Amino acid sequence: MPEKITLIVNGAAHTVTAEPDTPLLYILRNDLKLKGAKFGCGLGQCGACMVLMDGHNVMSCEVPLWSAVGKSITTIEGLGTLQSPHALQRAFIGEQAAQCGYCLSGVIMSSAALLAANPEPTLDDIKQALTRNLCRCGTHTRMIKAVQRAAADLKAAK
Amino acid sequence: MNAPVKLPGSLDANRQLDQWLKFEADGTLTVFTGKVEIGQGVVTAMAQIAAEELDISLAKVRMVSGDTVLTPDEGHTSGSRSIDEGGTALRYASAEARDLLLREAAKRLDIPLDKLTIEDGVVSGFDRIRRVSYWELPHTALLAREATASVKPKAASKHSIVGTAVDRLDIPFKATGTPRYVQDIELPGMLFGRVVRPPSYDAQLTAFDADAIRKLPGVVAVLRDGNFIGVVAEREEQAVKARTAALKAAQWKEVPIAADEAGMHEYLRTRPDNKETLISERVDATAKARGTRKLDARYTKPYIAHASIGPSCALARIDGERIEVWSHSQGVYQLRYDLATVLQMDLEKIIVHHGEGSGCYGHNGADDVALDAVLLSRAAGGRPVQVQWMRDDEFAWEPYSPAMTTDVHAALDDAGNIVDWSVEVWSNGHSQRPVSIKTPSPVSSLLSAWYLEQPVTRRTQADPPMAGGGGMARNAPVIYALPNERVVAHRVEVQPLRASALRGLGAISNVFAIESFMDELAAAANCDPIEFRLRHMKDARARAVIELAAEKAGWKPGTQSDGTSGRGFAFSQYKNGYGYMAVVIDLSLEPDPHVTRAVAAVDVGQVINPDGVINQSEGGIVQAISWALKEQVRHDRERVLSRDWETYPILTFAEIPAIEIHLIDRPEEKPLGAGEIAAGPVPAAVANALYHALGVRLRDLPLTREKIAAALV
Ligand code: FES
Ligand code: FES
Repeated sequence: MPEKITLIVNGAAHTVTAEPDTPLLYILRNDLKLKGAKFGCGLGQCGACMVLMDGHNVMSCEVPLWSAVGKSITTIEGLGTLQSPHALQRAFIGEQAAQCGYCLSGVIMSSAALLAANPEPTLDDIKQALTRNLCRCGTHTRMIKAVQRAAADLKAAK
Repeated sequence: MNAPVKLPGSLDANRQLDQWLKFEADGTLTVFTGKVEIGQGVVTAMAQIAAEELDISLAKVRMVSGDTVLTPDEGHTSGSRSIDEGGTALRYASAEARDLLLREAAKRLDIPLDKLTIEDGVVSGFDRIRRVSYWELPHTALLAREATASVKPKAASKHSIVGTAVDRLDIPFKATGTPRYVQDIELPGMLFGRVVRPPSYDAQLTAFDADAIRKLPGVVAVLRDGNFIGVVAEREEQAVKARTAALKAAQWKEVPIAADEAGMHEYLRTRPDNKETLISERVDATAKARGTRKLDARYTKPYIAHASIGPSCALARIDGERIEVWSHSQGVYQLRYDLATVLQMDLEKIIVHHGEGSGCYGHNGADDVALDAVLLSRAAGGRPVQVQWMRDDEFAWEPYSPAMTTDVHAALDDAGNIVDWSVEVWSNGHSQRPVSIKTPSPVSSLLSAWYLEQPVTRRTQADPPMAGGGGMARNAPVIYALPNERVVAHRVEVQPLRASALRGLGAISNVFAIESFMDELAAAANCDPIEFRLRHMKDARARAVIELAAEKAGWKPGTQSDGTSGRGFAFSQYKNGYGYMAVVIDLSLEPDPHVTRAVAAVDVGQVINPDGVINQSEGGIVQAISWALKEQVRHDRERVLSRDWETYPILTFAEIPAIEIHLIDRPEEKPLGAGEIAAGPVPAAVANALYHALGVRLRDLPLTREKIAAALV
């Protein structure tokens, strides 16, 4: 049966009515209209749906709504906006690190989790942190450069 | 009546200036292009071209692309032809528009033409006092005319926007999660649809209880039409659940696939109805007679999937008599034509808008799902329905790049020169896309049309003609200077697996074969592979990219491998008339075969946006490495087995090499696309690196660890 469930997304509380086993991804996209996270596989294999839950990157297609209750969820929209982008988003734009961009929000969210835990990642750290994010366009090298640039920018800003 | 003069590029079919350009009341310029963004940055490149020719800043340009109401019909966005066709048209249209506006300004300002300057759309004399902007001129009337292409576009040396690394217009939206894709569009009252495909291609539905599915929560409609089933629900998760239930409930009688993986190439080569065509022939009997050593080899490439990260998606609504569709198709006009055929409607009653989707790299499920959305909207009383395929729908039902065999034969003379050469190719045709061509009886390219109660006949595969670069025989002729050459193509009619266009078409298999074989010949002639190629190459631009790649990679003839890594080279000019790429690949075998470094030299003529060319080249290299080492559509005699990313793995971040692209800009040459130049040479360079590392020659893609192990014993 559908239930009323309250979620904390990008710092604000939202109440939705849905089956508790609904994948978080659909709630974000369809109920909260946050279209940044994408459906790629629904199987936890591609990372297109990546968001942060209490600071960890999780595949929202695999997170049932009930298990997100009480957690702090951050989506790409919560990171920064078109008008005031986050350092990572600025770096991805600066490096022109996208082709189709469908994987991009997932990659940026995994990068955000990485930089929060490890502000000075090595090349290998970055590759390992992003390896659950698939990109078919082959934009990987630029995305890696973007993460390096964001790490440097964040350090300089401290 | 005289035939109209031939105009450059897509201008020929879309001759009105105001089909391309419109000055808006808010001081901007809208540019209409029939070419669409598929992740290659082409829409930004078009904006650069218009801004350059009209002398206005990029900030004033607004782009509208791919729309059956608003934009010109420029065919498909494919084959690296966008800049050539659409860019050229826009250049001439913009140059002519500038000229018309300038002449009008000269009259109004009473200043001679040659004393006028234009700055960001404002025309003025030297004094800067008398001035008028494009927007103040009667631009609507001036542009309401047919183009003549009589005004020469700017010389490349005068360019200040074209040729610079302009930031792509779409990336800020994508990096911030701003709604941008077809998947993100929401219309009021929108429902969610899913398709319920058969377990295998030719399965017949024997039993299905649609009513049981209709009773599930949120379900608005269940459509069963012949062997097509679809579900529509209020909420997306409800549609997914209904689909899962319907997949379980439906019972099918299956028909086996004609061959399994191991037997597929042989099966395709031996069909009695294969059609043989002589593609090219050049005979020099004297040279041929000098041949003392003959070599033959057979190369094969499996079915490869487009494997877009986002499954195909479309949105449709029906308002009375009018159907409106949002699609990430590569050809909105062609899709409209096919939809009209299937639905037996007038073209005018159907509108198709392009919206961005996940990168497609060729003909994937984009067009198919548009029909699904229309069928399901109709089943839901015309309400807007968004349909996205599930992961397994995309993998199991998209049209793959066809399996191919390429045989190469050559003879060397005593001096180690190639004196005889032939190539033989077996493949399906490489396109089954929708096209706007009337056929005597209706045919359709759209998947679900073939499964309806009243099915529409499946369009037979086409193969692009050699004049346009060819399909199965693409790059089968070589640009090496050889005295003899014979190229034969065997068109395979049967389609055991659905197949159509993937980036590079036949060039993937043919260049893999030819450039692997060049290394085999070099080894037989006891010659360095690059030296051997240069010995047979006269084309100056080809020589330049080959030499540049060798230099930048630090190629040293005669370097021995330590048995754990190797270095390979390959070269190709795409379609023998498009962009050039020469590439050096470093391959490591520890722990598994993976590329550590790729150094490429690229010549795509005039460069519109260097950063875009580099981005496209890097992407092409990564994807082609992935094909070379990993990719193959798995299937058995029953079903397609590649249904997710575990059964169809691709290259991951952990396996990404260092990549260097070195561009040779040729501002006075035609601009050519970069999207497909890596498709041929990269897999060959990987195979050559493997040979260098271990001395084993693998001729069957992909080059997996298992095959290497088998070759070593
Ligand atoms: S959509 Fe969630 S991992 Fe692929
Ligand atoms: S940019 Fe297209 S999938 Fe990554």
